[in-house]
Amino acid sequence: MKRLFLFVPLVLVVVLGTVLFSGLGKDPTHLDSALIGKPVPAFELSDLDDENRQLNHEIFQGEVSLLNVWGTWCPACRDEHDDLVWLAEEKGVRIIGLNYKDNRDDALAWLRDLGNPYATSIYDPRGTLGFDLGVYGAPETYVIDAQGIVRYRHVGVVNEKVWNEDLEPLVSRYQEGS
Amino acid sequence: MGRSLMILCLLVLMLPANALADQANIQGFETLEEEQRYRELISELRCPKCQNQNIADSNSPISKDMRDAVYRMMQDGASDDDIVGALVDRFGEFVRYNPELDRRTALLWATPAIAVGGGLLIVAVIALRARRRGGQTESLTPDEQARVSTLLDDNERHRRS
Repeated sequence: MKRLFLFVPLVLVVVLGTVLFSGLGKDPTHLDSALIGKPVPAFELSDLDDENRQLNHEIFQGEVSLLNVWGTWCPACRDEHDDLVWLAEEKGVRIIGLNYKDNRDDALAWLRDLGNPYATSIYDPRGTLGFDLGVYGAPETYVIDAQGIVRYRHVGVVNEKVWNEDLEPLVSRYQEGS
Repeated sequence: MGRSLMILCLLVLMLPANALADQANIQGFETLEEEQRYRELISELRCPKCQNQNIADSNSPISKDMRDAVYRMMQDGASDDDIVGALVDRFGEFVRYNPELDRRTALLWATPAIAVGGGLLIVAVIALRARRRGGQTESLTPDEQARVSTLLDDNERHRRS
């Protein structure tokens, strides 16, 4: 009995070690979106290309899409832009843009100069849809399934690696499901 | 004398700037209680971008949006639970410095109880064992007791000689 007590420190070390070790390498800034499994919040915003055209959540119906939150004020959005163009043109991914807290002229000039990867662009100058989505730092990219349900959120730049490892498996899974 | 006067002047010069900086935070509230409630709410909500600050302290744009949302909801007559709930729905349980008790946070909330309980258990076990051992020493038979005294006496005599 007494001998068994000698193992208490060993057990403690192993348990604590396992718990602490599993936390190593985790990104503490990674937050899962609160909207996973829920529909895209209702919105009524104008099209970036045509201010008389109103868009709502129905643009997400019928096809799996990526929703990319960006603004011309965001340097990291510039970094990922070429990769988004590559995704749209080479991989045929449907990307919906959410132009977040920006102004229309700057945004349109940016898309003219750098190429436009977006099937549709939502213009959200006051960040209302961004707020409802829980956007806390652009760029953010959401995987939305064909029923308009949010499936995944990636915070930060999208590049080939992120696409191959995180986004592509989900996109093909929900494409097969629909 | 001149120097302390100068310092005083500098201090006075700094005052309005501080007052202004504080004013930027103050929204229009009709009553002092409302303002108090607003301050409490924004101090217990956590900024998702700058993770170790509440939205009252943080200058990030998202914190400003969240403060504005809290203010707007208060003006619409929402309760504290509604306001916190609306932000949790958007940004996740993460934004609460005071998380609700559910399956995921059960261990977190139980940790103090577990630690105190574990400590009490250890103390109890130690106390019990000490008492049991104490009982054993008392339970020497008279014969053994006599033998112990002779041995001790022998030892004493041996040392003196």
